[in-house]
Amino acid sequence: MPTKLPATDAVVVGLGWAGAIIANELVDEGLDVIGFERGPWRDTAKDFNIASVPDELRYNARQELMLRTAQNTCTMRNDVSQTALPMRSWGSFHPGNGTGGAGNHWAGITFRFQPEDFRLHSHLTERYGRQAVEAANLTLQDWGTDWEEMEPHYASFERVAGISGKAGNLNGTLQEGGNPFEGARSIEYPTPPLKQPYGPTLFAEAAREMGYHPFPVPSALVSEGYTNPLGVTMGPCTFCGFCTNYGCANYSKASAITTVLPALIRKPNFTAKTNCEVLRVTLDPSGTRATGIVYIDASGREWEQPAELVIVAAFTLENARLMLLSGVGEPYDPITQRGTTGRNYAYQTANSVQLFFDDKNFNPFIGAGAVGMGIDEFNNDNFDHTGLGFFGGGSIRVTPIGAAPIANRPVPPGTPTWGKEWKRATVDNYLSTMSIGCEASSYSQRGNYLSLDPNYSDRLGRPLLRMTFDFPENDLRMAQYCTDRVAEIARRMNPRQMVEKPMKGHWNSGPYQSSHVVGGFVMGSDPSVSSVNKYLQVWDVPNLFVVGASAFPQNPGYNPTGTVGALAYKAADAIRRLYLKHPGEMIA
Amino acid sequence: MSEKSTPVRGVTRRQVLTSGAAAVVLTASGRASAVTIDGTPQWRPFDHNAADAVDPSQDWQFFTAEEAATVEAITERLIPADELSISGREAGCAIFIDRQLAGFFGTSERLYMQGPFVNGTPEQGDQSALIPRQRYRVGLAALDDYCRRQHQARFAELPGESQDEVLSGLERGEVPLEGIEAKEFFSLVHQNTMEGFFADPVYGGNRDMVSWRMIGFPGARYDYRDYIEKHNQKLDFEPLSIAGRSGWRTQG
Ligand SMILES: Cc1cc2nc3c(=O)[nH]c(=O)nc-3n(C[C@H](O)[C@H](O)[C@H](O)COP(=O)(O)OP(=O)(O)OC[C@H]3O[C@@H](n4cnc5c(N)ncnc54)[C@H](O)[C@@H]3O)c2cc1C
Ligand code: SF4
Repeated sequence: MPTKLPATDAVVVGLGWAGAIIANELVDEGLDVIGFERGPWRDTAKDFNIASVPDELRYNARQELMLRTAQNTCTMRNDVSQTALPMRSWGSFHPGNGTGGAGNHWAGITFRFQPEDFRLHSHLTERYGRQAVEAANLTLQDWGTDWEEMEPHYASFERVAGISGKAGNLNGTLQEGGNPFEGARSIEYPTPPLKQPYGPTLFAEAAREMGYHPFPVPSALVSEGYTNPLGVTMGPCTFCGFCTNYGCANYSKASAITTVLPALIRKPNFTAKTNCEVLRVTLDPSGTRATGIVYIDASGREWEQPAELVIVAAFTLENARLMLLSGVGEPYDPITQRGTTGRNYAYQTANSVQLFFDDKNFNPFIGAGAVGMGIDEFNNDNFDHTGLGFFGGGSIRVTPIGAAPIANRPVPPGTPTWGKEWKRATVDNYLSTMSIGCEASSYSQRGNYLSLDPNYSDRLGRPLLRMTFDFPENDLRMAQYCTDRVAEIARRMNPRQMVEKPMKGHWNSGPYQSSHVVGGFVMGSDPSVSSVNKYLQVWDVPNLFVVGASAFPQNPGYNPTGTVGALAYKAADAIRRLYLKHPGEMIA
Repeated sequence: MSEKSTPVRGVTRRQVLTSGAAAVVLTASGRASAVTIDGTPQWRPFDHNAADAVDPSQDWQFFTAEEAATVEAITERLIPADELSISGREAGCAIFIDRQLAGFFGTSERLYMQGPFVNGTPEQGDQSALIPRQRYRVGLAALDDYCRRQHQARFAELPGESQDEVLSGLERGEVPLEGIEAKEFFSLVHQNTMEGFFADPVYGGNRDMVSWRMIGFPGARYDYRDYIEKHNQKLDFEPLSIAGRSGWRTQG
C-alpha cells in the first residue's frame, strides 16, 4: 500500500517541455504544484559542460541522455497477427529522461502546423470529395480546434523558446524570404535566422532556380543572446555539431532546462521530485474524478500524492501507457474500432536523397540540430493531390546536424564495410557528401494503435506499452512521390552520384527515423473517437489533462514540438481562464 | 487550495527508506536517489560529470591474453595500416573494446534484458539473450575453433589474406560458429572496432586522433561561428580531444 501524503493543488507528471510549461503557468496562477520526473534533475552547468559534451561515444552511440530501456521500453510489431517483442535498445526513436525530457537532446526544428492540419478530414473532404478520402483507407480526424485558437499559443511557445527564423506570413501579408505556406502569424520570430552552412545554401539556390520558395528552417537554437519573458537568458548557437542526441553546453538550444525550469524552480509554490516515477493516476470509485497519482521513489517505496488537478505530460508513449494502466477511457480495439485509449497512433515518414560530389567541401562537422534551408511546396496539402492516389507530403530540407564520425561516414552503396577500399572511400567522401531530407506526414490507419503488452513487463512487473504500427499504403506512395521531387532538386545540384531513399517496406524499429511518435490519446470534438477535448481535458474526467503529441490525431509533414508547446499553453490558458473559475467539463 | 508547508531551500536528499528493493531500482536508474528540489538547485563548480577516461597502459580488463591477441588481429584487418593511417590495432581499438566490455556496455545493464527471448522479424531488432561479454567470449572461442578445424591454427596465427577470408565469411554468415550467429558476432566486433577508431581518444582507441586527422574531423571543438559561412573551403583544423591534445600535456 502506498503511503498517503498531504494533498496539493496540482501535480504534473513529467518535467519535459509540456510539463514544465504547464507547471509554470499554474504556479503563476497561485497554485501549489508538485512536478514528478522519473529521471534526474539536469542543469546545463553541471550536466552539459563544454569539456565533456562533445563526446559521440557517450551521447550518441551509448545514448547517455535517453531513457534506459532497463527502466522502461515498449514492445513493437507491424500488425496484429505478430507477437510484439521488446525494443531492447533504442533505434527508431529516442525517448528522454530527466528534467527537460527529450527536449534536452532534440534537434530543435520548430515548425507550426498549417491551418488546414487542424481540420484535415474536413479540409480534404471539401477539396477532394468524400469518396476520395474514404478510398485512402485512413482514419483521419479533425482536431476539434482551429488556427485562430492555436495561433496565440504558438506565439507564446516561440517567445519562451526564442525560436529563430523568418516569418513568411505576418498577419496575412506574405514576407519575402519566409515560408509562404505558413498560417498567418501574429509575431515575427523572436530571434533572426541562423547563418547558413554551404549545403543548405546550395540547395536553396537550386530550389529557387526551380521556382520554389526556400526559407530558413525555424529553429529552437537561438541566433543571438535572448532573454525570454520568464527572464531566462540564452546565448547564440555556435554550430558545434554535437547537438541532436546531445545536451547543449552553450545555453543555445531551447529546452525546458534552458527556458522554463530555471525560473520555475525558484518560485516558492513549486516543488520538483526527481527520480520519482509515476505509476498511475488514481480515480475515485465513479471513475469520473482523478484523486491524484501514485509514484515510486528511488528507494523503491510507493507514495500516493492526492491533488485537485492532475496533468499528465510524460511524452506520447508514457501518456498512453499511464492512461491504459490507470483505466482511463476504454482501450481501443482495432477489430471493432471501439474504444479511444491507444487510438490513432502515428509516426513520421522519413525520406532522403544523398548527394556525393567530387569538387565540393561541406565541412560537415559544422552544423546544428536545426540549421538549414527548406521548402514546403510538397508538404501536406500544399500541392494538388487529385489523381495522385495519396494524401500528405513532406518538409524538404537540408539541415546538417554535424558529422561526428562514428555515425557519419557516408560512402557510396556497394563500398565494402572494412579494409583498404573502405578506408579510401571513407576519406574520399567524408567532406564532400550531403543529403536532402524529406520529413513527411504519417496518417493514421485503423490497425496502428497502442495497447498494453500481454507478455513483457517492466522492472516493477507492470505491462510494457505495445506498439502496433506499419506504414499505410497511402504514406508509402506519398514517400515515393515526394522523394522523386527531392531527386529533381538534387539532380540540378549536379552531384557525381545520388542515392534516393524513399521510405519503403515495413516500419523497422532498428534505424533511427525520428522521435516523432504521436497519437494514442487524441484530441477532438467527438468523444467516441477522441480522448481529450480541445483543452486537452479528458472526456468524463474533467480534472485530468493529458498533454503532448499523444493528442495529435495524425501527423503532418512537420516536427511536432512547436505544436506540443502550443498545446501546453492552450491547456494552461484554459485551466487558468475557465477551469479554475468553474471546475468541471469545459465542453459538455 | 492546500496549505503550503515551509519550503526547504536547496536540495534535500530524502533517503526515505533504505530497503532491499533499493538495490533493484538502483541498477535500473544508475546512481539515482529520489531528490526533492525547492528553490535554486545546488551544484559545485567543475562538478561536471566527466567522461570515463581509459588508461591504455593497464592490463587487459576483460579479455584473456589469447582473446586479446585475436581481437588485435581482427582490428588489424578491419582497419589495415596503409598510407592513410595506422591500423585499428595500432590505434588501440582492442584496448577500447576491452574497456567497453569491462564497463556497462559489456553487461547490458542499462538495457531491457527480460525474457522471453524469441527470434522475431528483422523489424523487431536484436533479441539475443547474450550480453556483449558473452558474445565476445563465445564468439572468439568459436572463431578459433573454426580456424583450427579449417586451417590448423588460431585466427591470430593465420596469414593476413586467410584472416580476411574468414572475416568476409563471418560477415556473410557463411562461417559456422558454435554458440553464436556468425553475423551477429561479426557485426558487434565491426561496430565496436569502428567506435574505437572514431571515438574520442579518451576511450582508448583513436590514438592521437589518427582517424580524425585522416578524414578531416576537428573533434571536440565547440565554436564555428567564424567558419560557418566559409563555404567550400578547406579549413584544416588541428583536431582536439575532450582530454585536450598531446602537445598540451606537460612532462613529468
Ligand atoms: C533525437 C531527437 C530529436 C528531436 N528533434 C526534434 C525536432 O527537431 N523538432 C521537433 O519538433 N521535435 C523534435 N524531437 C521531439 C521532441 O523532443 C519532443 O516532441 C518533445 O520533447 C516532447 O515534449 P514532451 O514534454 O511531450 O515530452 P518530453 O520532453 O520527453 O518530457 C516528458 C518527461 O516526462 C518524464 N516521464 C515520463 N514518464 C514518466 C513517469 N511515469 N513518471 C514521471 N516522469 C515521467 C520523462 O522522463 C520526460 O522528462 C526530437 C526528439 C529526439 C529524441
Ligand atoms: S549546435 Fe548550437 S544549439 Fe546545438 S549543441 Fe551546439 S551550440 Fe548548442
